[in-house]
Formats: sequence, C-alpha cells, structure tokens
Amino acid sequence: MVISKKPVRLIIATFVALVSIGAFANPESDTLHVSVPETHAVAEEAHAAHGASHKETKAAGDPRKAEVDAYIEHHLQDSHDFTLFSDKAEGTHFGFPLPVILIDNGVKVFSSSKFHHGEAVAEADGSFYKLFHGKIYKTDAQGTIALDAHGHPTNEKPLDFSITKNVVSMLFTALLLFLIFTPLARSYAKGPLPVGFGRVLEPLVIFIRDEVAIPNIGEKKYRKYMGYLLTVFFFIWILNLLGMTPIGINVTGNIAITVCLALFTYLITQFSGNKDYWKHIFWMPGVPVPMKIILMPIEILGTLTKPFALLIRLFANITAGHVVIMSLIGMIFVTKNIYADLPISFGLTLFISVIEILVAFLQAFIFTMLSSLFIGMAVQDHHDEHGHDDHLNSLV
Amino acid sequence: MGEIPNLVGAGLVVIGAGLGLGKIGGSAMDAIARQPEAAGKIQTAMIIIAALLEGLAFAALILGK
Repeated sequence: MVISKKPVRLIIATFVALVSIGAFANPESDTLHVSVPETHAVAEEAHAAHGASHKETKAAGDPRKAEVDAYIEHHLQDSHDFTLFSDKAEGTHFGFPLPVILIDNGVKVFSSSKFHHGEAVAEADGSFYKLFHGKIYKTDAQGTIALDAHGHPTNEKPLDFSITKNVVSMLFTALLLFLIFTPLARSYAKGPLPVGFGRVLEPLVIFIRDEVAIPNIGEKKYRKYMGYLLTVFFFIWILNLLGMTPIGINVTGNIAITVCLALFTYLITQFSGNKDYWKHIFWMPGVPVPMKIILMPIEILGTLTKPFALLIRLFANITAGHVVIMSLIGMIFVTKNIYADLPISFGLTLFISVIEILVAFLQAFIFTMLSSLFIGMAVQDHHDEHGHDDHLNSLV
Repeated sequence: MGEIPNLVGAGLVVIGAGLGLGKIGGSAMDAIARQPEAAGKIQTAMIIIAALLEGLAFAALILGK
C-alpha cells in the first residue's frame, strides 16, 4: 500500500500550528495552576537543597530559577554517587553509591551511601566526615561545618582518592576501548580484513593515520605517536558521547581531566623535540641578535600557551554544550506558560543535542589534530636554514 | 558595578570571534569554489584555524569571567 507523503506532512504542519494556538488559547492563570505541581515534581530532582541557598541571592528571589541554576551547577560537578533521579518531597534518591577512599591517618574505605547525599555524617574508624558541595570535610560527630566570611568551609579536608562518577566513567571508557580494540588488533593476525565490529573501527583508525598523523608529523616519524593519538581520540570521543546520555556524565567538561590530557600532549611534545625545535625556541636562527633575545621568552611562553589553549577549548566547548542543553530543558520550569514552552524547549533541545553529537566528534578530532600538529612541529626536520615561512609556529 | 566591564569585554570577544570565524568560513568557501578538488585540505586547515580562534575566545571568556 502506498501512502502519499503529502497528507502526513499536512497533518504534522497542522499539529505544529495547533500546538501554538493551544498555547495562546490558554489563559496564563490557568496554565500557571497546571505548571506549578509539574515544577515541583521535576525541578526537585535537582535535590538542590545545598546548592540553592547561596544561589538564592543571585536569582533575585525566583526559587525556580535558583533551583535550575543549582541543578545545572550540580550536574557540571563531579560527585561521589550516581543519582539518576530523586524525589525531594519523599527524600528518596534513585541511583547507586560509589566507594569513597580517603587517606587520613591511614586509608579509609566506605560506601558513599553513608553520606545519604550530604544529609548525614559518615563515620569511619572513629573519624567523622560530611559531604558539603560535593567535597568531603572532616567534622565532629554532629557534622558541624564552620564557614568563613566568604562562605567557604574552614574544616580540614582529607585526601580524597574516591572512585567518583568521573573516575567510573573513565574506567568504563578504558575498559570499552580495550574490549573493542583488542579483537580488531587480533583479527589482523588472521587476515587483512577485520571481522565484526572492527569493520566500523578500521576506517576511523585509518582516518586518524592518513588525515591527522601523516600530514602533520610526517611519513617517517608518525608511527611512534599513533598509539597516543588514537587513544586520546577515542577516549575523548567516547567520553563526549557518554556526556550526551541522560546518565549525567560530564568528564571532558571537567577542567582537571582536560588539564591532564593537555599535559600528556605537552610532555610528549617536549620530550620528542629535536635539536631544531629547541634551537628555534632559545636562539631563533635567521633573525638579528636583539630579536633573538626578545623572541626567547615569547617562544618559551608559546610552548605553554599551546597546551593551555588545548585544555581550555575542550573544557569550554563541552561545558558550554552541557549548560546550553540543561538551560533549554530548565526553560520549561521557569516560564509561566508550559504549553507554549514545551514544544519550543523540546525542539531547541533536540536541535542543540544533534549539534552536540557533531561537536563531540569535532572536539575529539581537534584535540588529536592539534596534538599531532604540536608533535609534528617538535620533530620535523628543517633542511634549509631560511625556510621558516612554512613552519607553523605562527599559528598559535 | 564590577561585573559590567567583564560583561562588555565578553561581548567584544564574542563579536571579534564571530567576525574572525565569518572571515575564515567565507574565505574557505571562496577557496573551495575556486578549487573544488582541494576541498579536503582547505576544510582541514579551516577547522584548525577556527579551533585556534575558538580556543582564544573561550580563554578570554573564562579568564574574564
């Protein structure tokens, strides 16, 4: 049976048009009445009790805006447990706890369920700990947290080596990479063609080799760096994609992790730098001596700004994406007319989510690309002493 | 009052970054139209420069916050 597409389109168009009419047809007082219980039921998932208090002043008295703010802030941070959703009215949380590992007069291991999401004091081997804004502080048995004039706790902080949400995500990604790439590597022992899921991965590996590593590092030297480039590409990509799932993972939007990744690139670049690379940093050939002295600190600073730009780019892009998506979802709860806002919010969220899937790939690709560019700058041979126009130092 | 210069600065950074990205995109389009066979290389170079510019803009936004 053939169904013409035209009526379907017409129905969809009518539906979309009617949705907006419905929004205008509903008087504001009526929808406000409807939207209030919704707001409470869902926005309270934020379990924003601890975050809302100091945000209150900023949001100029609107508690719903404060709750959305607190929810977004809470999402961007690392946490000691996975909370999929929660109900503040009943005080229940759905999720699972993660192990807490503290070094404070010996190693102390206990489950984060002892904290009851920041509401209870956890006791381990005679010491008491409390969760405050996602960080663990040492307290007395009552769990008092002393605040200084700026609202920062003055309590002692134990060394925290907990398996947090981000650590779990990274371990999961590492395991996933191991599980999908080991069969691919093994399959080459049997024949030239990979089998199964490896056929999806092979073009990506070849893409990194042919489009990223060889043009930037060079035909002769690229092989040594392929391991790092492929690992960092797939690691960032999978973590970015995991960030798009509703589990609430935000690993590459955490500056500590991007600092660490950029540090790897920095160290690899510096340790693989050849004589030419160091000569260009400390005593630039082909320019007058006063210029050489001026250029030296600039070039040394340049080696640091490159990984800095790398880490800021990944962190800011992913954080911005998460904030935009969550703000668009939060828009439903802060406006007065829920019928008008629901389709707009859903449409925009879908649109931004699709863009974010592209960004997830693009940021992983850019990180790999720039890493290989920096490594390539450090290892490339300069055959002629005066051919400096083509070398890429001027890019950064 | 202390926030206003930061906000104006952030706006200026975004205007500058927007102009820069537009220039890069426009020039790349021109170049691809002139030499469609070099589209792949032009795209890669375009993405690198756009990423560097974007990194600068983000750095300014975060440092100025």
